[in-house]
Amino acid sequence: MSRQMKMRPAKLASMMTRMAWVALAGLALACISGAALVHTAHAASLPTNSAGLPVHAPQPWEWWLQPSASPVEKSIDWMMQYVLWMMFGVVALVGLLIAFIVFRFNAKRNPVASTTTHNTLIEVIWTLAPAILLVAVVVPSLNLIYQQSDYKHPYMTVRVTGHQWYWEYSYNGVKGVDFTSYAIPPDKLKPGQIRQLSVDHPLVVPAGKKIVFQITSGDVLHSFFIPSLGVQRYAIPGQIWRQWTKIDAPGVYYGECNQICGMNHDNMPIEIVALPMKQFQAWLVKAKADAAQGDVPKVHPYEVLADNAVK
Amino acid sequence: MSSSVLPGHDVHSAHDHGAHKPSFVRRWLMSTNHKDIGTLYITWSIIAALEGGVLSMIMRAQLMHPNNTIITNGQTWNAIVTAHGLLMIFFFVMPALIGGFGNWFVPMMIGAPDMAFPRLNNMSFWFLFMGFIFVNLGLLVGHGSGVGWTLYPPLTDSTYQPGPAVDFTLFSLHLAGISSLLGAINFIATILNMRAPGMTMHKMPLFVWSILVTAFLLLLAIPVLAGAITMLIMDRNFGTSFFEPGGGGDPVLFQHLFWFFGHPEVYIMILPAFGIISHVVSTFSKKPIFGYLGMVYAMVAIGFVGFVVWAHHMFVSGISVDSKVYFEAATLVIAVPTGVKVFSWLATMWGGSIELKTPMLWAIGFIFMFVVGGATGVVLANAGLDTELHNSYFIIAHFHYVLSMGSVFAIFAGFYYWIGKMYGRPYPEFWAKVHFWSFFIGVNLTFFPQHFLGLAGMPRRYPDYPTAFAGWNYVSSVGAMISGASSVVFLYILFRIFTSKEVLADNYWGQGATTLEWTVPSPAPHHTFEDVPVIR
Repeated sequence: MSRQMKMRPAKLASMMTRMAWVALAGLALACISGAALVHTAHAASLPTNSAGLPVHAPQPWEWWLQPSASPVEKSIDWMMQYVLWMMFGVVALVGLLIAFIVFRFNAKRNPVASTTTHNTLIEVIWTLAPAILLVAVVVPSLNLIYQQSDYKHPYMTVRVTGHQWYWEYSYNGVKGVDFTSYAIPPDKLKPGQIRQLSVDHPLVVPAGKKIVFQITSGDVLHSFFIPSLGVQRYAIPGQIWRQWTKIDAPGVYYGECNQICGMNHDNMPIEIVALPMKQFQAWLVKAKADAAQGDVPKVHPYEVLADNAVK
Repeated sequence: MSSSVLPGHDVHSAHDHGAHKPSFVRRWLMSTNHKDIGTLYITWSIIAALEGGVLSMIMRAQLMHPNNTIITNGQTWNAIVTAHGLLMIFFFVMPALIGGFGNWFVPMMIGAPDMAFPRLNNMSFWFLFMGFIFVNLGLLVGHGSGVGWTLYPPLTDSTYQPGPAVDFTLFSLHLAGISSLLGAINFIATILNMRAPGMTMHKMPLFVWSILVTAFLLLLAIPVLAGAITMLIMDRNFGTSFFEPGGGGDPVLFQHLFWFFGHPEVYIMILPAFGIISHVVSTFSKKPIFGYLGMVYAMVAIGFVGFVVWAHHMFVSGISVDSKVYFEAATLVIAVPTGVKVFSWLATMWGGSIELKTPMLWAIGFIFMFVVGGATGVVLANAGLDTELHNSYFIIAHFHYVLSMGSVFAIFAGFYYWIGKMYGRPYPEFWAKVHFWSFFIGVNLTFFPQHFLGLAGMPRRYPDYPTAFAGWNYVSSVGAMISGASSVVFLYILFRIFTSKEVLADNYWGQGATTLEWTVPSPAPHHTFEDVPVIR
């Protein structure tokens, strides 16, 4: 073995280590600046509907989460940026390494290949570095899991039952208010209603109060999914699983069934109208009266909102 | 382990290779030769891939515009979704990687004359063939089986899917499962017992290691799937209620059983790809693999950990909080051995003398795209984020990055790498590069925007969507059309290969190709080795 041959692995290792440091620094920078950038670029600019409520529905060419509207979704948004930017850094590191290697070590530039097959230091580094990164992911991530499962002390509980192909809502503690919620067929849409998202009887809840959904199914699996609230849980027949939310402000929140449930899987949307407490109570009184007649809520929450008597 | 069952003398003295000419029926329908069976597997996987690809083109055409009318029946849509998934997984990726390349090259790479059980090998293929027939019956009979490839009950029950279609689909999985199981037994027996003198376990080429680990995964995972679908068949037809809440059954139990199979299945589809990529990267860098032992034990570790993470597919299903914590932590651990593999490939290329022939392009494409898919995998491993992303288009983007750009890129890498060895004719380099670049652009254009759709909340398995999702869906469909056109280029390349008259050397890749298959003529003769190779 010539001296040159012996020199090579050591030189290679030092170069690779140096590159790893540069890359890590770049990764950190990318994470910080990137997260800041997305945060500023993502200032909520939501359309409002005829009732003056902000509409939390997907927007054309949207490339990020829908603007968050609950504490859990806010945490999800933060966590998503944190992990995605970290991963962006990893992908960028690998991409740049590939580009450099293909450029520097192509056969024209480097006609004689080295014979290095081992380097303990670099192997230890690339085993430990991802492990450290994962610890950095897992700590805030576990906090999020426990935040999501804090079902204590709800203001109210709503029983959500998935059916082929509609949702059924009943208010625990409010006797009789139990109604179904169907998608509005495309040919019956009124101005301001959204195809595939608007329903005949939305779920009405108060804004700013903790609500626990008890989710179950009457037939096959469904999934109760409202992106802007960070709520999703399978509706499983014979079982009840919970999700909680506290909606930041009055508005309309759209979601969709998110577990294949048969031929109209794409046609059982979720619409939640969050009202200020006073209007919510006014709506509930009317809904109770309707329920006593054996009827679905005849008053749309928008009408309550427009009613000056309630204000 | 290192002792060989092979006798020291020439076992093939009675046969002069080349003079061996069985009839068509005997050669292809009753085949016991590992190379012929490998060819059958590869041929059939191409047919299944074309069918699965046509289904995906139909789906992307429907999703190109909101409120589209190509498919108006949701059940038909669901049946197409189901068939696309099953065809691509069980009848394209697995047969191509394991039955195809595994059959062709495992015996050759370890210096064995054939697989341990040649007739079992033949049986494996014909079970798979029948499975293919049945999966098509599941698609075409009645209203089709519109349940998704995950087959979750109660939707799979006869109440919600009457008629025989779902039963055909379930039987198809039984057949494909038996086929894989027999294949796995065959590979394990071959690799453990039939290595040439001197071919110790730690000298085995990485592709052989990858198939060995995969075979163990199949051996342990397939029976669990078989149990689960047997219970489904009984729920459907014999009045049992394993998964029927009305009779005391539990739909979540099925999900556990399915994913106890389903998650190792993911590694079953990617580990052989890892093996192929290692060979291609090493060959075209003209350098031995960097960190061979690390590569081997990373695969073993991935295989092992792959069995204890299944419930991360169920983060929004019936799962307790503490289980979420465990399954998230365990899932993230997989990133470590996977990282070892990626960095070892890069280190293999580092200092090499890299030639960007077509197989190497696919391999480099694989490494980068697989890292993208792995990175979104780390995102999805977070149970809290899964609340937002579960069943959204983000997950579709994720698994197509690891499959449609991971496994499939590796299949093409292997195809261009070995087609000369298998058929004895070269592929047209220019058109192969056209194929690579068009496919690369096509699949990225198809699947990258799906990350955005998923983040914005678009659910999967929807034939129609709110109009706001139209923009990225259009881009995605244009990408799909490009990949579709690219596949036509591949068919042209096949035509060019089969009509070529050019002759190839034994080792047409030169100094970088060091495994045993490069010591025999191209195409490899009916009986591979004249003498038992001895490995120093």
